[in-house]
Amino acid sequence: MTESPERKTGSGADAPALLAVNNIEVIYNHVILVLKGVSLEVAEGGITTLLGGNGAGKTTTLKAVSNLLRSERGEVTKGSITYRGDNVQNLTPAELVRRGVIQVMEGRHCFEHLTIEENLLTGAYTRKDGSAEIAKDLELVYSYFPRLKERRKAQAGYTSGGEQQMCAIGRALMSRPETILLDEPSMGLAPQLVEEIFNIVRNLNEREGVSFLLAEQNTNMALRYAHTGYILESGRVVMDGPAEELRENPDIKEFYLGMSESGRKSFRNVRSYRRRKRWLS
Amino acid sequence: MQQLLYLTEVSLNGLTTGVLYALVALGYVLIFKSSGVFNYAQGVMVLFAALTLVGLQRGQVPFAHLWTAVFGTHTYLFGWNLPAVVAIVMTLGVMVLLAILVERLVLKHLINQHPIVLFMATIGLAYFLEGFGDLMWGSDVKRLDIGLPVGISETIESFTAATFGYGVFVDRLDLFAGLVAAALVFALTVWLKHSQLGRTLRAVADDHQAALSVGISLRLVWVLVWSTAGFVALVAGVMWGAKSGVQFSLSLIALKALPVLMLGGFTSIRGAIVGGLIIGVGEKLFDFLMGPIIGGATESWFAYVLALVFLMFRPQGLYGEKIIERV
Repeated sequence: MTESPERKTGSGADAPALLAVNNIEVIYNHVILVLKGVSLEVAEGGITTLLGGNGAGKTTTLKAVSNLLRSERGEVTKGSITYRGDNVQNLTPAELVRRGVIQVMEGRHCFEHLTIEENLLTGAYTRKDGSAEIAKDLELVYSYFPRLKERRKAQAGYTSGGEQQMCAIGRALMSRPETILLDEPSMGLAPQLVEEIFNIVRNLNEREGVSFLLAEQNTNMALRYAHTGYILESGRVVMDGPAEELRENPDIKEFYLGMSESGRKSFRNVRSYRRRKRWLS
Repeated sequence: MQQLLYLTEVSLNGLTTGVLYALVALGYVLIFKSSGVFNYAQGVMVLFAALTLVGLQRGQVPFAHLWTAVFGTHTYLFGWNLPAVVAIVMTLGVMVLLAILVERLVLKHLINQHPIVLFMATIGLAYFLEGFGDLMWGSDVKRLDIGLPVGISETIESFTAATFGYGVFVDRLDLFAGLVAAALVFALTVWLKHSQLGRTLRAVADDHQAALSVGISLRLVWVLVWSTAGFVALVAGVMWGAKSGVQFSLSLIALKALPVLMLGGFTSIRGAIVGGLIIGVGEKLFDFLMGPIIGGATESWFAYVLALVFLMFRPQGLYGEKIIERV
């Protein structure tokens, strides 16, 4: 385990919640129950991470907040989602973007046939503050992602995975967000690049004051950069707390970081141990 | 020499027909490019636009036959004749209304469905609109006259007759259609490439989900695209209607737009134009040169064969966007 990085912004524990998800249940296609009562809070100015394996419900939680769920035939059937105290469950994604909540989807989703710069500019779609301000923010994005500036005229579809991930984050930044819902930025990227992207996320958090709700499978990396963490397992939050605590938690070390006092266990043993553990808890 | 001039005349004729094909193909490209939907109803939209224009201009009572059957009113005409410009503007309004209704009643409910589902919805729309147009304006063949230049251009004929000793026949309507199409294409290309709205349309065409995520309202975009396609349909309807009368067969030119699309690429405005011209000239020349040898009537199939051959070598069409696949 590496040293915990220093942080300027406070941990989310005592700050008032910017975004609160209260015991939501999500059903796809009227039958498939994906979230079974998920509650979490995102502190203003913090990085909150949502951890868990495939199918745990990380993406669904993010999409429930950004309301991209509805276009995928999913709906929140129980519970509530509030942003700055207002109920935001029935807002369209566009209205949420105007309020400062934007999602960067898993798998980048750049506009392939648009150039990098055009991609970034579409991020400013909801803004009404004129092209001068937008041009200024474009430069700001380029200052965080110098590689995007080099490739500004390239068709996004032909750029590398890392560049596309940067483009997707940069595009979201162009909307002047308060909160970015970032879904698996590490997916399919080389470790070095993942590090680079997480560093940018931290810079954005510290310098621009953007709050993050970050869904990740890369538990080790996410817990090093986040302030607070939630662990999701088959549609339920099974554990939460400040990131340092989670990092030191023996169960998390064992199941998610692959470390234990007695050295690595064989996969089969871990599975049965995990099952037993779940029964006991 | 005379042979050569005759050949030129045939090619010119083909070029101008090609422009008209291109106009129809343009409507398909617009909708396909920005919503990934192949709009089967585009041909019928051309017919519907032309019918509405004629009906409004002549002061026809919409649904006259229906009213007669139900209330026994026998009024078929309001008894006025609108100026062409007013009628065109009103027809545009109708096409925008149609776009709004299509979005409200059809597309809105099919967000994120497989493209084939949307395609089938447009087939339904095509047949609905065909019947609706008939019911609204009657199914008789109508003459469309909004004061476009018609007939053989005498200037060109006398000029060529004087210089080469052979008068080349060029229809003035065709020339006019060519100019209008060129202007339209130029305007659309610039708009799509450089305006903010155009960029938004292209973004939506690429990735619906991502467009939603940055706060683009898909519903607004779709109304916009279908309105633009309605406008293009109106232009095509005016040109074809003035040429051959407004009647059901107008919707069948859509069939000629298909090979144009395959040739030019489904996503390229430039492709629609170049494809249209190639097919227009190609089928006329082929019929002229090969027709007598293989027994004529080649115009009905030449375009499709050409498109098929083309597909084998360049499946995305001449200017279609390359299917981006990274390894």
